[in-house]
Amino acid sequence: MRTMAIVRRVFKQMLRDKRTLALMFLAPLLIMTLMYFLFQNNTTQVASLGVHHVDQSVVNVIDTKNVTIHHYDSSQARKMIKQHDLDGYLTQKNGQLMITYSNSNPTNTSLIKASLQSGLVKLKMKTLVTVTKKQRAALESQQAALKKLTAAQTQATVTKLKTAIAQAQARGDQATAEKLQKQLKQATATTSSSTQSAKATSYTTKSHYIYGSSDSTFFESFLPAFLGFFVFFFVFLISGVSLLNERTTGTLSRLLATPIRRSEIIMGYLIGYGGFAIIQTVLTVVFTITVFKIHLVGSIWLVFLTNLLLALVALTLGIFISTFANSEFQMIQFIPLIVVPQIFFAGLVPVDGMASWLQAIAHIMPLYYGANAMTAVVTKGAGLGDIGVNLLILVGFMVVLTMLNIVGMKRYRKV
Amino acid sequence: MATDYVIAKQVSKHFGHQQVLNQIDLTLPAGMIYGLIGPSGAGKTTLIKSILGMEAVDSGTVKVMDTVMPNRAVMAQVGYMAQSDALYETLTARENLTLFGQLMSVPKIKLAQMIDYAAGLVDLTSQLDKRVSGYSGGMKRRLSLAIALIQDPQLLILDEPTVGIDPELRQQIWTELNKLKDTGKSMLVTTHVMDEAERCDYLMLIRHGIALAEGTPAALKQQYAVDTIEQVFLKAGRMQDANDGNR
Repeated sequence: MRTMAIVRRVFKQMLRDKRTLALMFLAPLLIMTLMYFLFQNNTTQVASLGVHHVDQSVVNVIDTKNVTIHHYDSSQARKMIKQHDLDGYLTQKNGQLMITYSNSNPTNTSLIKASLQSGLVKLKMKTLVTVTKKQRAALESQQAALKKLTAAQTQATVTKLKTAIAQAQARGDQATAEKLQKQLKQATATTSSSTQSAKATSYTTKSHYIYGSSDSTFFESFLPAFLGFFVFFFVFLISGVSLLNERTTGTLSRLLATPIRRSEIIMGYLIGYGGFAIIQTVLTVVFTITVFKIHLVGSIWLVFLTNLLLALVALTLGIFISTFANSEFQMIQFIPLIVVPQIFFAGLVPVDGMASWLQAIAHIMPLYYGANAMTAVVTKGAGLGDIGVNLLILVGFMVVLTMLNIVGMKRYRKV
Repeated sequence: MATDYVIAKQVSKHFGHQQVLNQIDLTLPAGMIYGLIGPSGAGKTTLIKSILGMEAVDSGTVKVMDTVMPNRAVMAQVGYMAQSDALYETLTARENLTLFGQLMSVPKIKLAQMIDYAAGLVDLTSQLDKRVSGYSGGMKRRLSLAIALIQDPQLLILDEPTVGIDPELRQQIWTELNKLKDTGKSMLVTTHVMDEAERCDYLMLIRHGIALAEGTPAALKQQYAVDTIEQVFLKAGRMQDANDGNR
């Protein structure tokens, strides 16, 4: 079978090209590892804040975990920030706090902003607490006086009632005695209830997570999208460049001087490079799950299936795009045009929040469907029924591109 | 007639404004070495690709083995050697031969035997398991020729087959081509080496897409009253330029 002859050739060529093999199989692991460590350590960011003549009480409440405070003897914020490479400078004039941000790093600006704000809120709370404490003391003394008064009163009523009961019992009037006994009970009850002080309710939060856990990081939420992206990127590049090589070295034209069908060549490519894409997917997925202990909610087979479809789309797209390139360099030029934009629509930025024309663009990007399906499977445990539409669209991309490729080869042979 | 392997009639072709082939007639019977000579850019390769059905013609018809081209199935009966060595450099010569043998539908049991035969013909038997990337230009050319012979075709179309091959081996190859011819095979060969042209049974001179002259080498020399094919070519060329000037 001619297709298998092409497949065998693709395998042999790939296996002999050790550099390309390493790129395809090891580069994703390397980048994943890098990303894992990068996104794990993003909480230790520290901003530096210069302070001049600010009330000690304010300085004390600024969170020092994310902001380091330096005291300076100048009110010239601009100069001090430049001189000491600070992220912000805080000064005070009468009751007014003035903060100047360097803003060369927006993350640090927001760090200072946040800790200053929470500090000031804390400060306000403190003064509020002292005020209420005073009020409470006053209230309590009043209450004590009141209690004494009511206690004396009840005591009087109780003795009065008791003597009345004794009198009634002496008279043998049982009915009145019982009535009075009831009144007595009521009177003593009111005293005991008034001693019960109101207990303040304090709220505590206990968190539950539907997907993932409290340890979930940035890395975990984007991992599925990146898995899809790597497969897409490498398969696109390798298949595109290898078909381009066939074109420029004349072997494609030579192949077409044999009775091979154009579709047999394309199928040979799909099977041959698809095989390597499967190996790459399995390697990357197994690596991330076992080494980084990523929690995979859905089925691993669905992850493989989605990735395989994505790889086949990348394969056909690479072959298709390579017809518009005349050299490897020109092929590389298509990466920022065709591949890189796809990552923006892979879920890094929520597509629902995009402008409507951007959403329209998202819907022509294969990676949008692939990454969405991957994320759904990995983080939410979506089943085949949930991602079926996405997978069908990927199949659609593949079929259309394959057709275009087969027709496109008519350039080299008319039948 | 069944004995004519190639019949091209009134073949014309242009790329953009440039007329590459202008009403070319060509008939290649069985058992003949047919030479196409002409300067580069004359249209030799385009004519060959039109005959193979890889290039669509604007007008005219091409029949190979009594089948109107383009036709995919007929390609199995044609051995083709391209002008540039289209070889898979990371594979060995044997792997290249195996691949094309499979594509040409050579039966599995016959394949090893055919590889030995084709490699022996171009003197590459000892180098078969070396990767093509380590081959010299001449070796690559010989491997290309071996690939054209892999399915033992009746018709061979060879585009500049002896470029970069040393004289001794060229001699050898021509001896082989003549042997193949004696078994009833036909060859369509392009060349611009004039002493090779003398070895052909029949010649066509192409210049600017026009068939200037054709005939056996002897007849051509007689017609133009010169001693060598080279002189025939130069004379025919000058006459063509003069005619163009008169227009």
